[in-house]
Amino acid sequence: MPQHKNPASFPHRHLLGIEGLSRPDIEVLLDMAEEAVDVSRQVEKKRATLRGRTQINLFFESSTRTQSSFELAGKRLGADVMNMSVANSSVKKGETLIDTAITLNAMRPDVIVVRHSQAGAVHLLARKVDCAVVNAGDGAHEHPTQALLDALTIRRNKGRIEGLNVAICGDILHSRVARSNIILLSALGARVRVVAPSTLLPTGIERMGVDVFRDMKMGLKGADVVMMLRLQRERMNGGFVPSVREYFRYFGLDAEKLALADPKALVMHPGPMNRGVEIDSSVADGPQSLIREQVEMGVAVRMAVLEALARNMPNM
Amino acid sequence: MPDTIPPIALVNGLLVDPATGAQTRGGVIAQDGVIKAVGAAVTRADVPVDMRIVDCKGDVVAPGLVDMLAFVGEPGAESRETIASASAAAAAGGVTTIVTRADTNPPVDDPAVVDFLRRRARDTGAVRVLPSATLTRGREGKEISEIGLLMEAGAVCFSDAGRTLRNAQTMRRALTYARDFGALVCHFCEDRDLAAHGVMNEGEFASRLGLTGVPAEAESIALERDMRLVALTGGRYHATLISTEQSLEIIARAKAAGLPVTCATSINHLTLNENDIGDYRTFLKVRPPLRREETRRALAHAVADGLIDVIVSDHDPQDVETKRLPFGEAEFGAVGLETMLSAGLRLVHSGDLKLAQLLRAMSLRPAEILGLPQGRLEVGAPADLIRFDPHEPYIVDPEKLHSRCKNTPFDEARMQGVVKLTLVAGAVARE
Repeated sequence: MPQHKNPASFPHRHLLGIEGLSRPDIEVLLDMAEEAVDVSRQVEKKRATLRGRTQINLFFESSTRTQSSFELAGKRLGADVMNMSVANSSVKKGETLIDTAITLNAMRPDVIVVRHSQAGAVHLLARKVDCAVVNAGDGAHEHPTQALLDALTIRRNKGRIEGLNVAICGDILHSRVARSNIILLSALGARVRVVAPSTLLPTGIERMGVDVFRDMKMGLKGADVVMMLRLQRERMNGGFVPSVREYFRYFGLDAEKLALADPKALVMHPGPMNRGVEIDSSVADGPQSLIREQVEMGVAVRMAVLEALARNMPNM
Repeated sequence: MPDTIPPIALVNGLLVDPATGAQTRGGVIAQDGVIKAVGAAVTRADVPVDMRIVDCKGDVVAPGLVDMLAFVGEPGAESRETIASASAAAAAGGVTTIVTRADTNPPVDDPAVVDFLRRRARDTGAVRVLPSATLTRGREGKEISEIGLLMEAGAVCFSDAGRTLRNAQTMRRALTYARDFGALVCHFCEDRDLAAHGVMNEGEFASRLGLTGVPAEAESIALERDMRLVALTGGRYHATLISTEQSLEIIARAKAAGLPVTCATSINHLTLNENDIGDYRTFLKVRPPLRREETRRALAHAVADGLIDVIVSDHDPQDVETKRLPFGEAEFGAVGLETMLSAGLRLVHSGDLKLAQLLRAMSLRPAEILGLPQGRLEVGAPADLIRFDPHEPYIVDPEKLHSRCKNTPFDEARMQGVVKLTLVAGAVARE
């Protein structure tokens, strides 16, 4: 990957969240990701930016897509990538997160990519290690690379983010994707709406600078981007919403509801999708859907993040 | 014991009497476990030459603090705290009486456990350690504890400590039965379903951190129910730890209606707010959760006007291992015995409370509610006395705390107020 014009332009040791990033920080990452897209589309995809570096993917929650996306990103930059999932670690045997962090730290990795079910767990780990840490999702808190890849996808298809109406729909309450996206898209000047039944909205969400809609038809009106969120199975039956069919009726994205959005509206989903729950197959596979492109952008964004952090690593 | 303790005179102090609010330059003579003389007339010149004299150099002299809510680890959790370590922390912090929480292992639901605690306190405690007993057997919320026998053994109040009685019928019977014995029912108010999985105050900040919140209603719904049951039964009721404006309204209404109700809040809820959690600091994870700054101020005002009767330390030692976890998985609780006075003095220095109001809520009122003679600066009262300089600055060093656990929310905080001398029954517990 060609070196970016201003190597000091991403002044962070870790990527723990979108919160705390400035607009220029975000734009640097997106610009670098554009270059990574080009690299990934060549036959020869491998670069030497992270040659000799060790990347550990530490996933306390299993996630095939995110983990393989980070793995591919690291390998394309030349890093040695090691995947650790909880099932293979001693965490299940009662070792604490901090002990795990200290043990891994002793192996002298250069970057650790962490996913954990608890909000703040990645911050905790970052305080105990000497290397760079990337948050690959912590509880209901943040999932910064997802928000970056969503922004990149939007920017490439719309040419801009400033001034767009983005509707984020579904289980906002439990969604780290929603939180990171709200912060990032607002920082880049988009107008963000959230659309959900009140039982799936966090308290005080309106104070995060979004417009709140409990009626999806109103929430989609004139939207330039419709971002759907996954509804976890255990929340479907009576806990937060009465049933799958009722949820799909009022909050599932089908062709009829999508017709209320701008005719050129983009449809996005962080995956994995529940077809027939939050999204209808005809829409998921339809001409407005960018769901597959999001996956491609995911690798590019993660390459950009790893490269940006690598520049701040010692001996670079 | 008292006859072997030499008398001691504290002179040249600023006597602060929580009962009257009076501040007088003068001294105190402690002899045979009680206050022999007190007031402006007690000066160095009047003290017999063979008596030990402490020149207080203008420091405050006041009754020792009475803490109604502290976990001391015995029996069953001696790795977290013992009576010896808790009372050393207490003595260092100016606390001369601790009421211990009953959620031990086994719980304090049997007169033999009360007896055990009293003997351990006598043999290993540097301050007075008084057991509370459970309100229901095994803290299971089903059958009423042996309130009469437990009182006879020395239990000073009854509480299921951190567990709320779900069953209103059980609560009604407990209050009714306790009334016949004049027993004090202490209750921690938290609706278990509303608070389920909650780890911090519900609101914008919790939403931003991605943490599950506990709404104020989890506390106030349980408290409101209890007020109806107190009205129904006439039982004496003390809300162990309230933390919300809604609860203040409920207590105010109950008191205005003449119900036999008192309440406490914790030093944490008076001096910290949810923002202090910052970057997921687990030492600030307490139950009920720290609330918003406006709420903290409302609680401080309620202490000033006496609506909140008592300030507790809510001392809850936790192993570092159970705190060095992601916020959602970490244990609740913070140590507080040793820092409660200096933390409370923050409210005095900020002008929210007068010194006498603070000391009233930390000594006289809890003593009155428990039916103890402590908290008074008068002849014949127990010589549980402290001398402290309310202005001397220090920085909290967790490693220097006497508690076996170092989970203080005031880690490296700047404080003012240093205890110079603690007397329990006229004997030096800490100097």
